[in-house]
Amino acid sequence: MRFTYFVFLLNFLIIVSCKEEPYRLTKIKGSLIKITDSINPNSEVELFIEPYKNHIEKDLDSTIAYAMNFYSKSDGKLNTAIGNFMADVVYEQANPIFNNRTGKDIDMVLLNHGGIRSTIPKGNIKIRNMFELMPFENKIVVVALKGKQIDSMINYLSQAKRAHPISKLKLSLDQDFNPFTAMLNGETIRSNKTYYVATSDYLYNNGDNMKFFRPNDGLYNLNYKIRNALIDYLKKVDTINPVIDDRFVQIKN
Amino acid sequence: MNRRDFIQQATAGASFLGLGGIGLESFSTIKTKMITILHTNDVHSHIDPFGPGEGRNSNMGGVARRAGLIDAIRNENPNTLLLDAGDIFQGTPYFNYYGGELEFKLMSKLKYDAATIGNHDFDNGIDGLFAQLPHANFEFICANYDFSNTVMNTHVKPYKVFVKEGIKIGVFGLGIELKGLVDPAMFKETKYLDPIEITQDITHILKKEENCDLIICLSHLGYSYRNNPKKMDDLSLANATSSIDLIIGGHTHTFLPKPTVVKNKNGKNMLVNQVGCYGINLGRIDFYFDTNKNKSASGTSIIV
Repeated sequence: MRFTYFVFLLNFLIIVSCKEEPYRLTKIKGSLIKITDSINPNSEVELFIEPYKNHIEKDLDSTIAYAMNFYSKSDGKLNTAIGNFMADVVYEQANPIFNNRTGKDIDMVLLNHGGIRSTIPKGNIKIRNMFELMPFENKIVVVALKGKQIDSMINYLSQAKRAHPISKLKLSLDQDFNPFTAMLNGETIRSNKTYYVATSDYLYNNGDNMKFFRPNDGLYNLNYKIRNALIDYLKKVDTINPVIDDRFVQIKN
Repeated sequence: MNRRDFIQQATAGASFLGLGGIGLESFSTIKTKMITILHTNDVHSHIDPFGPGEGRNSNMGGVARRAGLIDAIRNENPNTLLLDAGDIFQGTPYFNYYGGELEFKLMSKLKYDAATIGNHDFDNGIDGLFAQLPHANFEFICANYDFSNTVMNTHVKPYKVFVKEGIKIGVFGLGIELKGLVDPAMFKETKYLDPIEITQDITHILKKEENCDLIICLSHLGYSYRNNPKKMDDLSLANATSSIDLIIGGHTHTFLPKPTVVKNKNGKNMLVNQVGCYGINLGRIDFYFDTNKNKSASGTSIIV
Protein backbone atom coordinates (compact mmCIF):
# COMPACT_ATOMS: atom_id res chain seq x y z
CA MET A 1 0.00 0.00 0.00
CA ARG A 2 2.76 2.36 0.87
CA PHE A 3 4.63 1.37 -2.26
CA THR A 4 1.56 2.13 -4.44
CA TYR A 5 1.38 5.50 -2.81
CA PHE A 6 5.04 6.07 -3.63
CA VAL A 7 4.53 5.17 -7.33
CA PHE A 8 1.55 7.44 -7.39
CA LEU A 9 3.57 10.31 -5.98
CA LEU A 10 6.46 9.60 -8.33
CA ASN A 11 4.11 9.74 -11.30
CA PHE A 12 2.74 12.98 -10.08
CA LEU A 13 6.24 14.44 -9.97
CA ILE A 14 7.05 13.15 -13.44
CA ILE A 15 3.85 14.63 -14.83
CA VAL A 16 4.60 17.98 -13.31
CA SER A 17 8.09 17.96 -14.71
CA CYS A 18 6.81 16.81 -18.12
CA LYS A 19 4.39 19.68 -18.20
CA GLU A 20 7.24 22.07 -17.75
CA GLU A 21 9.01 20.80 -20.83
CA PRO A 22 6.57 20.79 -23.74
CA TYR A 23 7.66 19.70 -27.17
CA ARG A 24 8.14 22.55 -29.60
CA LEU A 25 8.54 22.51 -33.36
CA THR A 26 12.18 23.29 -34.01
CA LYS A 27 13.00 21.97 -37.46
CA ILE A 28 11.17 21.16 -40.71
CA LYS A 29 12.80 19.18 -43.48
CA GLY A 30 11.11 18.85 -46.85
CA SER A 31 12.04 16.65 -49.79
CA LEU A 32 10.72 15.15 -53.00
CA ILE A 33 11.07 11.43 -53.62
CA LYS A 34 10.84 10.29 -57.23
CA ILE A 35 9.07 6.97 -57.75
CA THR A 36 11.53 5.33 -60.11
CA ASP A 37 12.09 1.73 -61.22
CA SER A 38 14.88 1.42 -58.67
CA ILE A 39 12.28 1.20 -55.87
CA ASN A 40 11.31 -2.35 -54.94
CA PRO A 41 7.57 -2.77 -55.45
CA ASN A 42 5.44 -4.25 -52.70
CA SER A 43 4.65 -7.69 -54.15
CA GLU A 44 1.38 -8.08 -52.23
CA VAL A 45 0.09 -4.87 -53.84
CA GLU A 46 1.26 -6.09 -57.25
CA LEU A 47 -0.61 -9.36 -56.81
CA PHE A 48 -3.72 -7.48 -55.70
CA ILE A 49 -3.73 -5.35 -58.87
CA GLU A 50 -3.12 -8.28 -61.23
CA PRO A 51 -6.67 -9.65 -61.64
CA TYR A 52 -8.08 -6.14 -62.22
CA LYS A 53 -5.38 -5.45 -64.79
CA ASN A 54 -5.88 -8.80 -66.54
CA HIS A 55 -9.62 -8.26 -66.81
CA ILE A 56 -9.16 -4.80 -68.35
CA GLU A 57 -6.46 -6.00 -70.76
CA LYS A 58 -8.67 -8.89 -71.90
CA ASP A 59 -11.63 -6.59 -72.43
CA LEU A 60 -9.59 -3.91 -74.22
CA ASP A 61 -8.32 -6.59 -76.58
CA SER A 62 -11.75 -7.94 -77.41
CA THR A 63 -12.90 -7.42 -81.01
CA ILE A 64 -16.14 -5.48 -81.40
CA ALA A 65 -16.34 -4.85 -85.18
CA TYR A 66 -14.40 -5.09 -88.45
CA ALA A 67 -12.92 -2.16 -90.40
CA MET A 68 -12.89 -2.47 -94.21
CA ASN A 69 -9.92 -0.12 -94.43
CA PHE A 70 -7.28 1.76 -92.49
CA TYR A 71 -8.65 5.18 -91.49
CA SER A 72 -6.55 8.19 -90.55
CA LYS A 73 -7.43 11.83 -89.97
CA SER A 74 -4.71 12.89 -92.39
CA ASP A 75 -6.53 11.23 -95.32
CA GLY A 76 -8.82 13.92 -96.71
CA LYS A 77 -8.87 17.70 -96.98
CA LEU A 78 -12.06 19.12 -95.50
CA ASN A 79 -13.63 15.82 -94.54
CA THR A 80 -12.08 12.50 -93.62
CA ALA A 81 -13.54 9.00 -93.47
CA ILE A 82 -12.59 8.63 -89.79
CA GLY A 83 -14.05 12.03 -88.88
CA ASN A 84 -17.24 11.32 -90.82
CA PHE A 85 -17.49 8.02 -88.99
CA MET A 86 -17.17 9.67 -85.59
CA ALA A 87 -19.62 12.49 -86.29
CA ASP A 88 -22.17 10.10 -87.85
CA VAL A 89 -21.88 7.74 -84.87
CA VAL A 90 -22.49 10.62 -82.46
CA TYR A 91 -25.68 11.46 -84.39
CA GLU A 92 -26.77 7.82 -84.58
CA GLN A 93 -26.23 7.15 -80.88
CA ALA A 94 -27.23 10.51 -79.40
CA ASN A 95 -30.34 11.36 -81.41
CA PRO A 96 -32.60 8.64 -79.94
CA ILE A 97 -31.61 9.75 -76.41
CA PHE A 98 -32.14 13.43 -77.21
CA ASN A 99 -35.44 12.72 -78.96
CA ASN A 100 -36.64 10.57 -76.10
CA ARG A 101 -35.91 13.34 -73.59
CA THR A 102 -37.07 16.38 -75.54
CA GLY A 103 -39.23 15.21 -78.43
CA LYS A 104 -36.84 17.09 -80.73
CA ASP A 105 -34.20 15.89 -83.17
CA ILE A 106 -30.54 16.77 -83.45
CA ASP A 107 -29.99 18.89 -86.58
CA MET A 108 -26.24 18.45 -86.90
CA VAL A 109 -23.07 17.26 -85.19
CA LEU A 110 -19.75 19.09 -84.86
CA LEU A 111 -16.58 17.59 -83.43
CA ASN A 112 -12.98 18.75 -83.82
CA HIS A 113 -10.21 17.41 -86.01
CA GLY A 114 -7.71 17.66 -83.14
CA GLY A 115 -9.92 15.39 -81.05
CA ILE A 116 -9.22 12.43 -83.35
CA ARG A 117 -6.31 11.08 -81.36
CA SER A 118 -5.46 7.91 -83.28
CA THR A 119 -6.26 5.82 -86.35
CA ILE A 120 -8.57 2.87 -86.92
CA PRO A 121 -6.62 -0.11 -88.26
CA LYS A 122 -7.92 -2.29 -91.09
CA GLY A 123 -9.39 -5.52 -89.77
CA ASN A 124 -10.51 -6.25 -86.24
CA ILE A 125 -11.47 -3.21 -84.18
CA LYS A 126 -10.77 -3.66 -80.50
CA ILE A 127 -12.12 -1.66 -77.56
CA ARG A 128 -8.52 -0.53 -77.01
CA ASN A 129 -8.63 1.25 -80.41
CA MET A 130 -11.52 3.36 -79.14
CA PHE A 131 -9.63 4.29 -75.97
CA GLU A 132 -6.76 5.39 -78.21
CA LEU A 133 -9.02 7.20 -80.67
CA MET A 134 -10.87 8.95 -77.85
CA PRO A 135 -8.68 8.95 -74.72
CA PHE A 136 -10.57 11.89 -73.20
CA GLU A 137 -13.74 11.59 -71.18
CA ASN A 138 -15.58 14.11 -73.35
CA LYS A 139 -19.35 13.85 -73.20
CA ILE A 140 -21.99 14.62 -75.80
CA VAL A 141 -23.96 17.81 -75.26
CA VAL A 142 -26.69 19.27 -77.46
CA VAL A 143 -26.71 23.05 -77.82
CA ALA A 144 -29.75 24.96 -79.09
CA LEU A 145 -28.38 27.59 -81.49
CA LYS A 146 -30.08 30.27 -83.57
CA GLY A 147 -29.29 30.28 -87.30
CA LYS A 148 -27.20 33.38 -86.74
CA GLN A 149 -24.87 31.40 -84.50
CA ILE A 150 -24.74 28.59 -87.07
CA ASP A 151 -23.50 31.23 -89.52
CA SER A 152 -20.68 32.07 -87.10
CA MET A 153 -19.88 28.38 -86.91
CA ILE A 154 -19.74 28.17 -90.69
CA ASN A 155 -17.40 31.16 -90.81
CA TYR A 156 -15.22 29.46 -88.22
CA LEU A 157 -15.13 26.24 -90.27
CA SER A 158 -14.30 28.11 -93.49
CA GLN A 159 -11.46 29.99 -91.84
CA ALA A 160 -10.10 26.94 -90.01
CA LYS A 161 -9.73 25.07 -93.34
CA ARG A 162 -9.49 21.87 -91.34
CA ALA A 163 -11.50 18.68 -91.56
CA HIS A 164 -13.45 19.25 -88.35
CA PRO A 165 -15.86 16.32 -88.35
CA ILE A 166 -19.48 17.23 -89.13
CA SER A 167 -22.65 15.25 -89.67
CA LYS A 168 -25.94 16.37 -91.30
CA LEU A 169 -24.49 19.77 -92.20
CA LYS A 170 -23.53 20.18 -95.85
CA LEU A 171 -21.02 22.89 -96.49
CA SER A 172 -19.08 24.05 -99.53
CA LEU A 173 -16.46 26.78 -99.81
CA ASP A 174 -15.42 28.80 -102.82
CA GLN A 175 -11.88 29.03 -104.14
CA ASP A 176 -11.04 31.70 -101.57
CA PHE A 177 -12.36 29.54 -98.74
CA ASN A 178 -15.47 31.68 -98.30
CA PRO A 179 -18.72 29.84 -97.48
CA PHE A 180 -20.52 29.07 -100.74
CA THR A 181 -23.44 26.87 -99.73
CA ALA A 182 -24.55 25.68 -96.31
CA MET A 183 -27.51 23.35 -95.89
CA LEU A 184 -29.18 21.73 -92.90
CA ASN A 185 -31.87 19.10 -93.51
CA GLY A 186 -31.71 20.03 -97.20
CA GLU A 187 -32.60 23.68 -96.48
CA THR A 188 -30.62 26.87 -96.26
CA ILE A 189 -30.04 28.13 -92.75
CA ARG A 190 -32.64 30.58 -91.40
CA SER A 191 -31.21 33.10 -89.00
CA ASN A 192 -34.11 33.06 -86.51
CA LYS A 193 -34.67 29.31 -86.49
CA THR A 194 -33.33 27.28 -83.55
CA TYR A 195 -31.11 24.35 -84.47
CA TYR A 196 -29.95 21.54 -82.19
CA VAL A 197 -26.21 20.93 -82.49
CA ALA A 198 -24.60 17.91 -80.88
CA THR A 199 -20.98 18.44 -79.87
CA SER A 200 -18.63 17.61 -77.01
CA ASP A 201 -18.61 19.36 -73.64
CA TYR A 202 -14.99 20.23 -74.40
CA LEU A 203 -15.88 22.20 -77.53
CA TYR A 204 -18.92 23.75 -75.88
CA ASN A 205 -16.54 25.13 -73.26
CA ASN A 206 -14.56 27.03 -75.94
CA GLY A 207 -12.22 24.17 -76.81
CA ASP A 208 -10.40 24.76 -80.13
CA ASN A 209 -11.52 28.40 -79.83
CA MET A 210 -15.09 27.56 -80.84
CA LYS A 211 -16.84 30.64 -79.48
CA PHE A 212 -20.09 30.34 -81.42
CA PHE A 213 -21.77 28.08 -78.83
CA ARG A 214 -22.55 31.18 -76.76
CA PRO A 215 -25.02 32.76 -76.53
CA ASN A 216 -27.41 29.86 -76.99
CA ASP A 217 -31.03 28.95 -76.40
CA GLY A 218 -30.27 26.01 -74.11
CA LEU A 219 -27.87 23.21 -73.30
CA TYR A 220 -28.77 19.54 -72.98
CA ASN A 221 -26.22 17.35 -71.26
CA LEU A 222 -26.76 13.79 -72.43
CA ASN A 223 -24.25 12.43 -69.91
CA TYR A 224 -22.98 10.08 -72.62
CA LYS A 225 -19.28 9.85 -73.35
CA ILE A 226 -18.19 10.03 -76.99
CA ARG A 227 -16.00 6.96 -76.45
CA ASN A 228 -18.95 4.99 -75.10
CA ALA A 229 -21.07 6.08 -78.07
CA LEU A 230 -18.36 4.73 -80.41
CA ILE A 231 -18.05 1.44 -78.50
CA ASP A 232 -21.83 0.99 -78.28
CA TYR A 233 -22.20 1.63 -82.00
CA LEU A 234 -19.40 -0.78 -82.96
CA LYS A 235 -20.89 -3.49 -80.75
CA LYS A 236 -24.16 -3.36 -82.69
CA VAL A 237 -22.69 -3.37 -86.23
CA ASP A 238 -20.49 -6.00 -87.91
CA THR A 239 -18.45 -3.90 -90.27
CA ILE A 240 -17.65 -0.24 -90.85
CA ASN A 241 -16.79 1.26 -94.20
CA PRO A 242 -16.79 5.06 -93.86
CA VAL A 243 -15.74 7.18 -96.84
CA ILE A 244 -14.68 10.71 -97.70
CA ASP A 245 -17.81 12.34 -99.17
CA ASP A 246 -19.17 15.76 -100.20
CA ARG A 247 -20.38 17.01 -96.80
CA PHE A 248 -17.60 19.58 -96.51
CA VAL A 249 -15.77 20.46 -99.73
CA GLN A 250 -14.19 23.27 -101.68
CA ILE A 251 -15.73 24.05 -105.09
CA LYS A 252 -13.15 23.61 -107.84
CA ASN A 253 -12.83 25.62 -111.14
CA MET B 1 -6.53 20.08 -12.72
CA ASN B 2 -9.69 18.29 -11.61
CA ARG B 3 -9.56 14.97 -9.88
CA ARG B 4 -10.61 12.89 -12.92
CA ASP B 5 -7.92 14.35 -15.17
CA PHE B 6 -5.40 13.89 -12.41
CA ILE B 7 -6.17 10.19 -12.06
CA GLN B 8 -6.10 9.66 -15.82
CA GLN B 9 -2.72 11.26 -16.12
CA ALA B 10 -1.41 9.41 -13.10
CA THR B 11 -2.44 6.15 -14.74
CA ALA B 12 -0.78 7.17 -17.96
CA GLY B 13 2.32 7.92 -15.95
CA ALA B 14 2.24 4.50 -14.36
CA SER B 15 2.14 2.70 -17.67
CA PHE B 16 4.91 4.93 -18.89
CA LEU B 17 7.05 3.89 -15.93
CA GLY B 18 6.19 0.23 -16.37
CA LEU B 19 7.08 0.29 -20.04
CA GLY B 20 10.43 1.88 -20.14
CA GLY B 21 11.47 2.20 -16.54
CA ILE B 22 12.99 5.50 -17.59
CA GLY B 23 14.46 7.31 -14.65
CA LEU B 24 13.86 10.87 -13.67
CA GLU B 25 17.20 11.95 -15.04
CA SER B 26 16.02 11.43 -18.63
CA PHE B 27 13.96 14.57 -18.31
CA SER B 28 17.00 16.73 -17.98
CA THR B 29 18.23 15.87 -21.49
CA ILE B 30 16.75 17.21 -24.75
CA LYS B 31 14.34 14.80 -26.33
CA THR B 32 13.25 14.83 -29.96
CA LYS B 33 10.18 13.52 -31.72
CA MET B 34 9.85 13.38 -35.48
CA ILE B 35 6.59 13.35 -37.42
CA THR B 36 6.83 12.38 -41.07
CA ILE B 37 4.16 13.57 -43.51
CA LEU B 38 4.01 11.74 -46.84
CA HIS B 39 1.76 13.01 -49.58
CA THR B 40 0.47 12.58 -53.11
CA ASN B 41 -1.93 14.58 -55.30
CA ASP B 42 -3.71 14.19 -58.65
CA VAL B 43 -2.84 10.50 -58.98
CA HIS B 44 -5.72 10.24 -61.50
CA SER B 45 -6.17 6.47 -61.47
CA HIS B 46 -2.52 5.85 -62.38
CA ILE B 47 -2.01 2.44 -60.86
CA ASP B 48 0.57 0.90 -63.19
CA PRO B 49 3.95 2.57 -63.72
CA PHE B 50 4.47 4.43 -66.99
CA GLY B 51 6.11 2.32 -69.66
CA PRO B 52 9.23 3.26 -71.59
CA GLY B 53 8.80 5.92 -74.29
CA GLU B 54 6.40 8.09 -72.30
CA GLY B 55 8.60 11.18 -72.31
CA ARG B 56 9.66 12.51 -68.95
CA ASN B 57 7.23 10.14 -67.21
CA SER B 58 8.94 7.05 -68.68
CA ASN B 59 9.29 4.20 -66.16
CA MET B 60 8.06 6.43 -63.32
CA GLY B 61 5.26 5.96 -60.81
CA GLY B 62 3.22 2.87 -59.96
CA VAL B 63 1.24 2.11 -56.81
CA ALA B 64 3.19 -1.06 -55.90
CA ARG B 65 6.46 0.87 -55.90
CA ARG B 66 4.90 3.67 -53.89
CA ALA B 67 3.75 1.02 -51.41
CA GLY B 68 7.31 -0.36 -51.17
CA LEU B 69 8.71 3.10 -50.54
CA ILE B 70 6.10 3.95 -47.91
CA ASP B 71 6.72 0.63 -46.13
CA ALA B 72 10.40 1.49 -45.87
CA ILE B 73 9.71 5.00 -44.53
CA ARG B 74 7.19 3.69 -41.99
CA ASN B 75 9.72 1.11 -40.78
CA GLU B 76 12.17 3.91 -40.22
CA ASN B 77 9.59 6.20 -38.53
CA PRO B 78 6.26 4.77 -37.37
CA ASN B 79 5.08 8.32 -36.63
CA THR B 80 4.11 8.82 -40.24
CA LEU B 81 0.94 10.19 -41.82
CA LEU B 82 0.06 9.50 -45.46
CA LEU B 83 -2.21 12.06 -47.14
CA ASP B 84 -3.66 12.75 -50.59
CA ALA B 85 -4.80 16.13 -51.93
CA GLY B 86 -7.53 14.92 -54.29
CA ASP B 87 -8.23 13.97 -57.92
CA ILE B 88 -7.83 10.32 -57.12
CA PHE B 89 -10.20 9.45 -59.98
CA GLN B 90 -10.06 9.66 -63.77
CA GLY B 91 -7.21 9.16 -66.18
CA THR B 92 -6.82 5.47 -66.99
CA PRO B 93 -9.17 2.61 -67.95
CA TYR B 94 -9.04 1.46 -64.29
CA PHE B 95 -11.45 4.29 -63.54
CA ASN B 96 -13.63 3.62 -66.59
CA TYR B 97 -13.93 -0.06 -65.71
CA TYR B 98 -14.17 0.01 -61.92
CA GLY B 99 -15.33 3.54 -61.11
CA GLY B 100 -12.64 4.18 -58.50
CA GLU B 101 -13.01 0.92 -56.56
CA LEU B 102 -9.40 -0.16 -57.14
CA GLU B 103 -8.01 3.31 -56.38
CA PHE B 104 -9.74 3.35 -52.97
CA LYS B 105 -8.85 -0.28 -52.21
CA LEU B 106 -5.19 0.37 -52.96
CA MET B 107 -5.09 3.58 -50.94
CA SER B 108 -6.57 1.58 -48.05
CA LYS B 109 -3.88 -1.10 -48.51
CA LEU B 110 -1.21 1.60 -48.46
CA LYS B 111 -2.84 2.85 -45.24
CA TYR B 112 -3.60 6.36 -46.34
CA ASP B 113 -4.77 8.33 -43.31
CA ALA B 114 -6.83 10.95 -45.14
CA ALA B 115 -7.63 12.47 -48.52
CA THR B 116 -9.46 15.55 -49.66
CA ILE B 117 -11.86 15.69 -52.61
CA GLY B 118 -10.82 16.99 -56.02
CA ASN B 119 -13.07 18.17 -58.85
CA HIS B 120 -12.45 14.96 -60.82
CA ASP B 121 -13.63 12.88 -57.90
CA PHE B 122 -17.12 14.02 -59.00
CA ASP B 123 -16.62 12.59 -62.52
CA ASN B 124 -19.09 9.77 -61.94
CA GLY B 125 -21.32 12.19 -60.08
CA ILE B 126 -21.55 12.60 -56.34
CA ASP B 127 -23.45 9.29 -56.32
CA GLY B 128 -20.51 7.62 -58.08
CA LEU B 129 -18.18 8.89 -55.36
CA PHE B 130 -20.57 7.81 -52.62
CA ALA B 131 -20.85 4.34 -54.15
CA GLN B 132 -17.10 3.79 -53.77
CA LEU B 133 -16.88 4.88 -50.12
CA PRO B 134 -17.19 1.32 -48.75
CA HIS B 135 -13.82 0.58 -50.40
CA ALA B 136 -12.02 3.39 -48.56
CA ASN B 137 -10.57 2.72 -45.10
CA PHE B 138 -9.39 6.29 -44.73
CA GLU B 139 -11.02 9.60 -43.95
CA PHE B 140 -12.30 12.12 -46.48
CA ILE B 141 -11.78 15.60 -45.18
CA CYS B 142 -12.99 18.85 -46.67
CA ALA B 143 -14.06 21.89 -44.68
CA ASN B 144 -15.41 24.17 -47.40
CA TYR B 145 -17.80 21.85 -49.22
CA ASP B 146 -21.17 21.78 -47.52
CA PHE B 147 -22.53 18.34 -48.34
CA SER B 148 -25.55 18.55 -46.04
CA ASN B 149 -28.09 18.28 -48.89
CA THR B 150 -26.25 15.42 -50.63
CA VAL B 151 -25.60 11.70 -50.18
CA MET B 152 -22.09 12.56 -48.93
CA ASN B 153 -23.53 14.22 -45.82
CA THR B 154 -21.75 12.86 -42.69
CA HIS B 155 -19.21 10.99 -44.84
CA VAL B 156 -16.81 13.91 -45.12
CA LYS B 157 -15.31 15.57 -42.06
CA PRO B 158 -14.04 19.16 -42.04
CA TYR B 159 -10.90 18.08 -40.21
CA LYS B 160 -9.31 15.23 -38.31
CA VAL B 161 -6.83 15.26 -35.45
CA PHE B 162 -4.18 12.54 -35.49
CA VAL B 163 -2.04 11.85 -32.42
CA LYS B 164 1.43 10.43 -33.04
CA GLU B 165 3.61 9.86 -29.99
CA GLY B 166 1.74 12.56 -28.11
CA ILE B 167 2.04 15.14 -30.91
CA LYS B 168 -1.36 16.34 -32.10
CA ILE B 169 -1.63 16.91 -35.84
CA GLY B 170 -4.73 18.66 -37.13
CA VAL B 171 -5.47 18.05 -40.82
CA PHE B 172 -8.24 19.94 -42.60
CA GLY B 173 -9.29 19.93 -46.24
CA LEU B 174 -10.17 22.59 -48.83
CA GLY B 175 -11.79 22.02 -52.21
CA ILE B 176 -11.86 24.15 -55.36
CA GLU B 177 -14.94 26.06 -56.52
CA LEU B 178 -16.95 23.57 -58.56
CA LYS B 179 -19.17 25.99 -60.47
CA GLY B 180 -17.84 26.40 -64.01
CA LEU B 181 -15.46 23.47 -63.53
CA VAL B 182 -17.79 20.54 -62.91
CA ASP B 183 -21.25 19.95 -64.38
CA PRO B 184 -23.78 20.87 -61.65
CA ALA B 185 -25.61 17.62 -62.42
CA MET B 186 -22.50 15.88 -61.06
CA PHE B 187 -21.96 17.77 -57.79
CA LYS B 188 -25.69 18.40 -57.22
CA GLU B 189 -26.28 20.43 -54.05
CA THR B 190 -22.67 20.52 -52.84
CA LYS B 191 -22.08 24.08 -51.65
CA TYR B 192 -18.70 25.75 -51.97
CA LEU B 193 -17.75 27.95 -49.00
CA ASP B 194 -15.09 30.64 -48.87
CA PRO B 195 -11.72 28.96 -48.17
CA ILE B 196 -10.24 31.83 -46.16
CA GLU B 197 -13.18 32.24 -43.80
CA ILE B 198 -13.36 28.48 -43.29
CA THR B 199 -9.61 28.28 -42.69
CA GLN B 200 -9.81 30.97 -40.01
CA ASP B 201 -12.62 29.10 -38.24
CA ILE B 202 -11.06 25.66 -38.51
CA THR B 203 -7.53 26.66 -37.53
CA HIS B 204 -8.96 28.45 -34.49
CA ILE B 205 -10.67 25.21 -33.45
CA LEU B 206 -7.55 23.15 -34.15
CA LYS B 207 -5.30 25.50 -32.18
CA LYS B 208 -7.50 26.54 -29.26
CA GLU B 209 -9.95 23.67 -28.77
CA GLU B 210 -8.06 20.66 -30.10
CA ASN B 211 -4.66 21.98 -28.94
CA CYS B 212 -2.88 20.83 -32.07
CA ASP B 213 0.90 21.05 -32.28
CA LEU B 214 0.83 21.00 -36.06
CA ILE B 215 -1.77 22.18 -38.58
CA ILE B 216 -1.83 20.81 -42.12
CA CYS B 217 -4.14 21.91 -44.91
CA LEU B 218 -4.94 19.39 -47.64
CA SER B 219 -5.92 21.64 -50.52
CA HIS B 220 -7.25 21.08 -54.00
CA LEU B 221 -7.39 24.82 -54.72
CA GLY B 222 -4.33 24.86 -56.98
CA TYR B 223 -0.82 26.19 -56.40
CA SER B 224 -0.94 29.64 -58.03
CA TYR B 225 -3.09 31.58 -60.51
CA ARG B 226 -0.90 34.58 -61.11
CA ASN B 227 -2.92 35.69 -64.15
CA ASN B 228 -6.18 35.51 -62.24
CA PRO B 229 -5.65 37.14 -58.83
CA LYS B 230 -9.33 36.76 -57.93
CA LYS B 231 -9.03 32.99 -58.01
CA MET B 232 -8.04 31.54 -54.65
CA ASP B 233 -4.83 29.48 -54.66
CA ASP B 234 -2.48 27.91 -52.11
CA LEU B 235 0.00 30.79 -52.14
CA SER B 236 -2.77 33.36 -51.49
CA LEU B 237 -4.27 31.16 -48.78
CA ALA B 238 -0.86 30.94 -47.11
CA ASN B 239 -0.45 34.74 -47.17
CA ALA B 240 -3.98 35.41 -45.92
CA THR B 241 -4.06 33.08 -42.91
CA SER B 242 -1.94 32.66 -39.81
CA SER B 243 -1.96 29.18 -38.27
CA ILE B 244 -1.15 26.66 -41.00
CA ASP B 245 2.25 24.94 -40.89
CA LEU B 246 1.96 23.11 -44.21
CA ILE B 247 -0.34 23.29 -47.22
CA ILE B 248 -0.32 20.12 -49.30
CA GLY B 249 -1.74 21.15 -52.65
CA GLY B 250 -3.15 19.66 -55.83
CA HIS B 251 -5.23 20.42 -58.94
CA THR B 252 -2.64 22.39 -60.95
CA HIS B 253 -0.33 19.34 -61.35
CA THR B 254 2.54 21.55 -60.21
CA PHE B 255 5.90 19.80 -60.06
CA LEU B 256 7.75 21.61 -57.29
CA PRO B 257 11.37 20.44 -57.06
CA LYS B 258 11.16 21.33 -53.37
CA PRO B 259 8.50 22.78 -51.06
CA THR B 260 7.95 26.53 -51.33
CA VAL B 261 8.69 28.54 -48.18
CA VAL B 262 6.15 31.35 -47.85
CA LYS B 263 5.28 33.90 -45.18
CA ASN B 264 1.88 33.69 -43.54
CA LYS B 265 -0.23 36.66 -42.42
CA ASN B 266 1.96 37.11 -39.34
CA GLY B 267 5.20 37.00 -41.30
CA LYS B 268 6.00 33.51 -40.07
CA ASN B 269 7.54 31.03 -42.51
CA MET B 270 5.45 28.05 -43.59
CA LEU B 271 5.49 25.50 -46.40
CA VAL B 272 3.40 24.95 -49.52
CA ASN B 273 4.07 21.75 -51.42
CA GLN B 274 2.71 19.89 -54.45
CA VAL B 275 4.30 16.89 -56.16
CA GLY B 276 3.04 17.00 -59.75
CA CYS B 277 0.64 14.23 -60.69
CA TYR B 278 0.05 10.56 -61.64
CA GLY B 279 1.91 9.16 -58.62
CA ILE B 280 5.27 10.00 -60.15
CA ASN B 281 6.54 11.53 -56.90
CA LEU B 282 5.96 11.26 -53.18
CA GLY B 283 6.30 14.36 -51.02
CA ARG B 284 7.99 14.01 -47.65
CA ILE B 285 8.01 16.61 -44.89
CA ASP B 286 9.63 15.79 -41.53
CA PHE B 287 8.64 17.86 -38.51
CA TYR B 288 11.07 17.74 -35.59
CA PHE B 289 9.84 18.57 -32.11
CA ASP B 290 12.08 18.85 -29.08
CA THR B 291 12.17 20.01 -25.49
CA ASN B 292 15.13 22.35 -25.83
CA LYS B 293 13.78 25.72 -24.80
CA ASN B 294 16.77 27.71 -25.97
CA LYS B 295 16.55 26.31 -29.47
CA SER B 296 12.81 26.90 -29.61
CA ALA B 297 13.26 30.54 -28.76
CA SER B 298 15.32 31.03 -31.88
CA GLY B 299 12.40 29.82 -34.03
CA THR B 300 11.94 26.93 -36.40
CA SER B 301 14.57 26.14 -38.99
CA ILE B 302 13.29 25.05 -42.38
CA ILE B 303 15.49 22.89 -44.60
CA VAL B 304 14.26 22.30 -48.13
